[in-house]
Amino acid sequence: MSTQPLQSQSLGDPRKPSRVNILRRSISDHIVTGLAILATILVLAPLAAILFYLVYKGASSLNLAFFTHIPAPVGEEGGGMANAIVGSGIILALASLMGIPVGIAAGVYLAEFGSGTFLGNAVRFTADVLNGVPSIVMGIAIYSLIVKPHPPYSAFAGGVALAIMMVPTVTRTTEEMLVTVPHAVREAALGLGVPKWRTVLSVSLRTASPGIITGCMLAFARVAGETAPLLFTAFGNQFWSLRLDQPIAALPLQIYVYAISPYDEWHRLAWAGSLVLIALIMVSVTLVRIFANRGVLKGGS
Amino acid sequence: MSAEREHGATSPVKPTVSVVSAPKETQVTTTEPVSQVRQFLNARGSGLIADRSFAALMLACACSIFLIVLFIFWILIKNSHLSLNAFGWKFFVREAWDPVSGDFGALPFIYGTLATSLLALAMAVPLALGVAIFLTELCPRPLRAPISFLSELLAAIPSVVYGLWAVFVLVPLMRDTLGPFLVKTFGWTKLFDGPNFGVGILTASIILAIMILPIISSITRDIMKAVPNSQREAVLALGATRWEMIRIGVLRNSRIGIVGAIMLGLGRALGETMAVTMVIGNHPDISKSLFAPGYTLASVIANEFSEATGDLYYSSLIEIGLALFLVTIVVNAIARLMVWAVTRGAPSRIS
Repeated sequence: MSTQPLQSQSLGDPRKPSRVNILRRSISDHIVTGLAILATILVLAPLAAILFYLVYKGASSLNLAFFTHIPAPVGEEGGGMANAIVGSGIILALASLMGIPVGIAAGVYLAEFGSGTFLGNAVRFTADVLNGVPSIVMGIAIYSLIVKPHPPYSAFAGGVALAIMMVPTVTRTTEEMLVTVPHAVREAALGLGVPKWRTVLSVSLRTASPGIITGCMLAFARVAGETAPLLFTAFGNQFWSLRLDQPIAALPLQIYVYAISPYDEWHRLAWAGSLVLIALIMVSVTLVRIFANRGVLKGGS
Repeated sequence: MSAEREHGATSPVKPTVSVVSAPKETQVTTTEPVSQVRQFLNARGSGLIADRSFAALMLACACSIFLIVLFIFWILIKNSHLSLNAFGWKFFVREAWDPVSGDFGALPFIYGTLATSLLALAMAVPLALGVAIFLTELCPRPLRAPISFLSELLAAIPSVVYGLWAVFVLVPLMRDTLGPFLVKTFGWTKLFDGPNFGVGILTASIILAIMILPIISSITRDIMKAVPNSQREAVLALGATRWEMIRIGVLRNSRIGIVGAIMLGLGRALGETMAVTMVIGNHPDISKSLFAPGYTLASVIANEFSEATGDLYYSSLIEIGLALFLVTIVVNAIARLMVWAVTRGAPSRIS
């Protein structure tokens, strides 16, 4: 409809595009292309700088003692972060134990039971919003819930805070993965007389398991580096502690404490700790990429 | 069987016989192969109870997400009622922060949070758009996967490591190189007055910008991918250059989603704690200069919460947390709705 007048106009008056106009357009095209490339380089530069500094400063101070010793008192050489590494492991294990089952179950509800319903949409929306709640707010909420009525600071409280942060990520990825499972597979199972709960557990979840594992690893990697929720829950500890009802050391907390301290020896340890933390996270993220790339799902449809 | 057949020879009984024999026959023929499955199913009983309880369990887990949000809200309100009663809404416009005399107001922190977040957005948004455009429209195919992987790695680096890097690399750089350059070039704007310690609002904004870049660019990329290719082809067929195609065909179609992505980045910037705490200088003061040290809502909680003596001090900090919680929830909710409006109902993605 709208092309009619345009066409008649161009037929009546065959305008040649002016050379200046073409030049202007192609120049602006090139400028924007250049700007986009420049932006990409500018974004990748800090990443390169951070990784370079981490390896440069961290690798020189990594040694066996770092993994086997607890922190040395100020002014003493040596010392390591063995307790922080173990403490992080304990807190993360607690968080995964609590957060992942709830997250997967909520994802199953969204994909298998509540898809399209108002409640399902509301839960999905709330999960997305919860994902954006600042971690420090999570920290003070758990402090007010667990630590304040039952002092002292404890590893358990830290685990709860991280578990809550894991739930939305796990839920959303589980749902996205379950939705990609073809309906024919489910119908085949139901047609054989398998009850619905069994279908969900043995057919849908198993078909989508590579993707769900990916989601869990991503959530794990995300909370592994969180410091803010642990400040007032796990609190940190300079000594060995494996008890769940006592303050416990954690790698990100220890890095924070050492980074803002005035001692060179501690700065050195902070760099080494960051290198270990980053290595841990990157290994899990890379594993995730490999998992996701040759997922079973690709053959599923 | 043979006996039945003999009976069936007589015509009047025939229909009844066939009725009788039919179930018998099926029973006979199906006992051997089905029995095991049927027995198994019978032994299991009706799946109704198991099904219902499984569905209820899943529903309970899904509703726990509601409960978590409601519970955080409730516990923050409950613990901040002392300061809510003492200061009321004036809390957010008062400039005082004096733990000794018990006089609290959140204005300096709100100012610091807004200033750092908006500055960070101003730096991050053009760059993130550039990266997204480059990755979806311009990038040669073999480079696409590695670059998007690297830009997602930026998102995986923990906040405390950004902080560490900022303290030892960005702060000296700011103090010795970038700061003097800014004063010389833009000194007339009065934005760079005062002593330059390296730590301050500008340094915090730069590190925030680096941190929110990957979020904005990856969501923008998803949204731009959701624009159907026919749009691009239509614009190109009219004789547009590549930039005109991106501007008219892609950016204009995805603008709501891009605004949503920017708001998601804003939500992340508002609540970011550790890296900002390490470089912002931690001084509750409102100053026009970007070199001046400041304080944000999140970093005042991180720094002072564990040493908050006195109930009013504690509940004021919780109220700051409550404000942060509500603001980020609103920002995130609007952003999510915007992103959904664009990506939902979009044709299947072509990757």
